[in-house]
Amino acid sequence: MNPIIAKDIKRSYGKVEALKGISFEVSKGEIFGIIGPDGAGKTTLFRILSTLLLADSGEAKIDGFDVIKDYKAIRQIVGYMPGRFSLYQDLSVEENINFFAKLFNTSLKENYYLVEEIYRHIEPFKKRRAGALSGGMKQKLALSCALIHKPSVLFLDEPTTGVDPVSRKEFWHMLKMLKAQGITILVSTPYMDEASLCNRVALIQEGSFLDIDTPENIVNKFDQEIWSANSNNMPKLLIDLRNLKEIKSAFAFGDTNHITIDKETFNKEIIEEKLKSLGHKDIILKGIKPTIEDCFMELAKK
Amino acid sequence: MFRYLLEKEFKLIFRNKIFVAIIFVFPIMALILMPFAANFEIKHTRVTVIDNDHSSYSSQLINRISSNKYFQLSSISTNYSSAKDEIEKNDADVILTIDKDFEKNFINGKPTLPIISANAVNGMKGSIGAAYLMNCINEFLSDKKPSIAPIQSTYQLKVAENYLYNKTLNYKLFMVPALMVMLLTIICGFLPALNIVGEKENGTIEQINVTPISRFYFILSKLIPYWIIGTFVISIGFLVAWVLYGITPSGNILVCYLFSFVFILTVSGLGLILSNYAHTYHQAMFMMFFFLIILILMSGLFTPIRSMPEWTQWIAKVSPLRYYIEAMRAVYIKGSGVSNLIPQLTYLTSFAIIFNLIAVWSYRKKN
Repeated sequence: MNPIIAKDIKRSYGKVEALKGISFEVSKGEIFGIIGPDGAGKTTLFRILSTLLLADSGEAKIDGFDVIKDYKAIRQIVGYMPGRFSLYQDLSVEENINFFAKLFNTSLKENYYLVEEIYRHIEPFKKRRAGALSGGMKQKLALSCALIHKPSVLFLDEPTTGVDPVSRKEFWHMLKMLKAQGITILVSTPYMDEASLCNRVALIQEGSFLDIDTPENIVNKFDQEIWSANSNNMPKLLIDLRNLKEIKSAFAFGDTNHITIDKETFNKEIIEEKLKSLGHKDIILKGIKPTIEDCFMELAKK
Repeated sequence: MFRYLLEKEFKLIFRNKIFVAIIFVFPIMALILMPFAANFEIKHTRVTVIDNDHSSYSSQLINRISSNKYFQLSSISTNYSSAKDEIEKNDADVILTIDKDFEKNFINGKPTLPIISANAVNGMKGSIGAAYLMNCINEFLSDKKPSIAPIQSTYQLKVAENYLYNKTLNYKLFMVPALMVMLLTIICGFLPALNIVGEKENGTIEQINVTPISRFYFILSKLIPYWIIGTFVISIGFLVAWVLYGITPSGNILVCYLFSFVFILTVSGLGLILSNYAHTYHQAMFMMFFFLIILILMSGLFTPIRSMPEWTQWIAKVSPLRYYIEAMRAVYIKGSGVSNLIPQLTYLTSFAIIFNLIAVWSYRKKN
């Protein structure tokens, strides 16, 4: 049986439907990413799966335990790291991890091997209060605390939000190590570039999954041609591109614009001419490989 | 497991320096300052005199007034409007106008009334100050000519007072036990509630909720440290009252502890109800501020409940502070034992049960 099974989970806050029927399964030792913008329903889903919130309907099982009936059993076997740093800021690094270990009747000493790779980085600061740690170190401490009782399923709700790029990279490296130990990981992120680091991802928007697949397949399934477009006046370019009938969609993407084209009518030279006549200079149009973000934008449009 | 929760709670409390100051310095400061500040005796009423007579009697009267510790002769005015200016500048509280023929009429046996005009912006100070002054004048007149009746009434009625229980009308004896109630309300009722709301606001409660710790033990771990601290603080209170004011309970101090304990359970329940409804520290603070003021005003701490209008007396019936204050005053002043305080104990126990049940119910509803 798969360690995480969710069937048609729905949850509303008043009139707002946060989750509109979510179903998915995660197999053992998999890193499963939930990718989507803020407000898509990621945290609600995490809170339901980690027994903090009741779904309006649908069912979910963690390691075979029902999230409603067997919530006590689930709390023994899951590790949860909320999006916001929520350890005791006035306790030291060491005190925090010992406290959470003791709540599960274990100790740092006993399970040191589990967290060693991660805890090593913050051990030199073990006397420091958690509130005085940097963002990256806080994440490492939170992950250590979530791991200290040897959970078989790990829920990480936006663990890399607000963390610098180097720490983010390190963090994903650690997740890979945990996966190697057979821990099932459900992780959410608003960063599309982190999707490729997961085994499988679900793209979520407004409470519904747009697609569930491996990052490669999601990109391969993408049937549109993607071009990047630059000129000397980028904001105007975006508006002008959207007005051209040969172009199906245009999005700002970092320092460039990504466009999907109508293959029948699109012609690079004609488009360049049209843009020139609209006053653009230094126009560069290039065909490129789509990324997850392009796929997300395309799927979100439908 | 529970031991570690408690250990963590104590660590966090004592690590928060401001908190430690609130818990230990605040009660002592309150006990030192409050009995003097919350003092209803009216002293140092400032009198300005308009002496139209300039006789030996009038100057004797003025001397008598200025030598009394309840009065302070602020000035001698020449006419009423300048005296009124004194009041408007807040240099005087009461104007005493002595009639032109004060001495002459007095000797002739037809004394004219000196006129007392009091500033009643502070109603109590005005009326009590004027009444004291009246007494002082009456005494002066009867000393001068014992045969003459006091101004107020034709018959002089001598009343002999015999104050029961608090023989010297020591105000502090009345105030100090009542102050303990405020300390316990804050320390055992509001601080644990604030602490729980703080965990909500910081999100740490989420992290605890995904562990096998049950909610009941979590809340108990919040309450117990404050119960211990509360008991410790009232013990300091009893000690400070004894050392500073020489006030000790006439009754058994264990009765005080018994009532304190039931009261602690009551306010803890009240605090828990608040913590179920408040989501942030700010909300919790304002709710507590509101409840504290209402509860204290309705408790008979400063003003007697019987002098309130009937509908507020009904509200006062549901203020748990009231029963604790009554019990503490009774033990301290009258030496009552448990058998004399059965109604208070019954009310408090019922409140403890009701509040805690509501706390459980509102928690269930919220989650």
